[in-house]
Amino acid sequence: MLDEAWTLSPSVALRPEPFGALAYHFGNRKLTFLKRPELVVAVRALGEHPDVRSALVAAGIPATQHAAYAEALAGLARTDMIRPRGEGVAA
Amino acid sequence: MTIAPARPTADRPKTGTLVEQFELGLDAPICLTWELTYACNLECAHCLSSSGRRDPRELTTEQCEAVIDELQRMQVFYVNIGGGEPTIRPDFWHLLQYAVDHQVGVKFSTNGVRLTPERAAFLASPACNGYVDVQISLDGATAEVNDYVRGPRSYDTALTALQNLQDAGFTDAKISVVCTRQNISQLDDFKALADRFGATLRLTRLRPSGRGADVWDELHPLPEQQRELYDWLMAHGEGVLTGDSFFHLAAFGEALPGLNLCGAGRVVCLIDPVGDVYACPFAIHDNFLAGNLLADGGFQRVWQDSDLFADLRSPQTGGACAKCSFYDTCRGGCMAAKFFTGLPLDGPDPECVQGYGEAALAGERTVPAASQDHSKAAPTRNQPVMLTIGQRPDVLAPPSAPPVSACAENPLAGFTP
Repeated sequence: MLDEAWTLSPSVALRPEPFGALAYHFGNRKLTFLKRPELVVAVRALGEHPDVRSALVAAGIPATQHAAYAEALAGLARTDMIRPRGEGVAA
Repeated sequence: MTIAPARPTADRPKTGTLVEQFELGLDAPICLTWELTYACNLECAHCLSSSGRRDPRELTTEQCEAVIDELQRMQVFYVNIGGGEPTIRPDFWHLLQYAVDHQVGVKFSTNGVRLTPERAAFLASPACNGYVDVQISLDGATAEVNDYVRGPRSYDTALTALQNLQDAGFTDAKISVVCTRQNISQLDDFKALADRFGATLRLTRLRPSGRGADVWDELHPLPEQQRELYDWLMAHGEGVLTGDSFFHLAAFGEALPGLNLCGAGRVVCLIDPVGDVYACPFAIHDNFLAGNLLADGGFQRVWQDSDLFADLRSPQTGGACAKCSFYDTCRGGCMAAKFFTGLPLDGPDPECVQGYGEAALAGERTVPAASQDHSKAAPTRNQPVMLTIGQRPDVLAPPSAPPVSACAENPLAGFTP
């Protein structure tokens, strides 16, 4: 996932909260909590970077934590909070 | 306003579980209940908002639209609309559409009185964009049990509404049940009823709030029924909604699905028909009144700045419950249930499944007087008649001798010293 291009789903809104953010999907009406402010920054940055790794770097997340963040992002992908971008998606 | 002894304040920790974060409060509620009117066609015996008559200060259509605009700005993604009976407000359908058009989803509770085939078709139409949930209140799986507390013919009204929704192609309506001593034995029947209408069952806890305080002693589930309910929820929990209202049952052992915390003033609150903001839908009382959105500069100001909510979001001590090994699972139970039964807020829930509630109820306590009541001044034909017809129990009047005679007028007739 780290080398793929992803983005926030168009039907998802992020509401800032003291612990991070609340993500709401207007399509499937799922509510999810992003429990770290760094994760919120990374999720918002996804769409502006060629791949997930560079979005994590831009959010100031050290390389040693990239695997853990990739796992959190995979969780968000399961409820369509984030989705792969058309171009540059690995097969 | 202070409702509990002052507690130390601390800087908000950056880490911690989600529940710990929720206890410290959020920038906007997750679950907001908005009662649009105190007017109601029914007179349910256990109405938690003592509804019946419209309040003349009820928010106007324009004021309601302004509330929706503010909720959209605050990113409150959906509201639970109730009452009273919200659908008897003439602008109800307009406000529903207005909310959906402003990215505020609506789940509304109704007794079904206005859910005609035409309205059902509107709810199923693209105009609502699948962004509306309908919750039909039903407190008995049979007319006999339901109408006992909700009033004559209310069962038929609810089932007609469910039928209209199903016929219109509205999918996944909710059947909302307040669990009582009289209907705990019907849980399987409620589930079958929900399946029949392609609906989802929602079970919630009876609170001694509003008129509920008058009938709580008679209606609240007995201790063995609490166990029955817990076991049933453990077996069917995933497919049944509970509004997280049974977290006091967590002290039986394993926690039920859901948040298992009191969200009052932290993640939930109530806006009442005149714009008063209370800590939770079950706490319509001056002691839990955070402010008024007209008088205090809008809903966001009340939610974020009220002293009452700041107090509810400060660390709790657990009080008399802190020593109990189940405190971490039940968190002391429901604040409103304690308050309206006259129990201390930092002690056990009146329905504490470890038995501490019964002991507390047996002690000295004063049930607080209601601070508002919109019940109808004179009962109508819709008022429930809480009497059951049956044989006179023999124990009450054991026949000791045949009647003396129909015309024996002497008060000592039949008396033999």
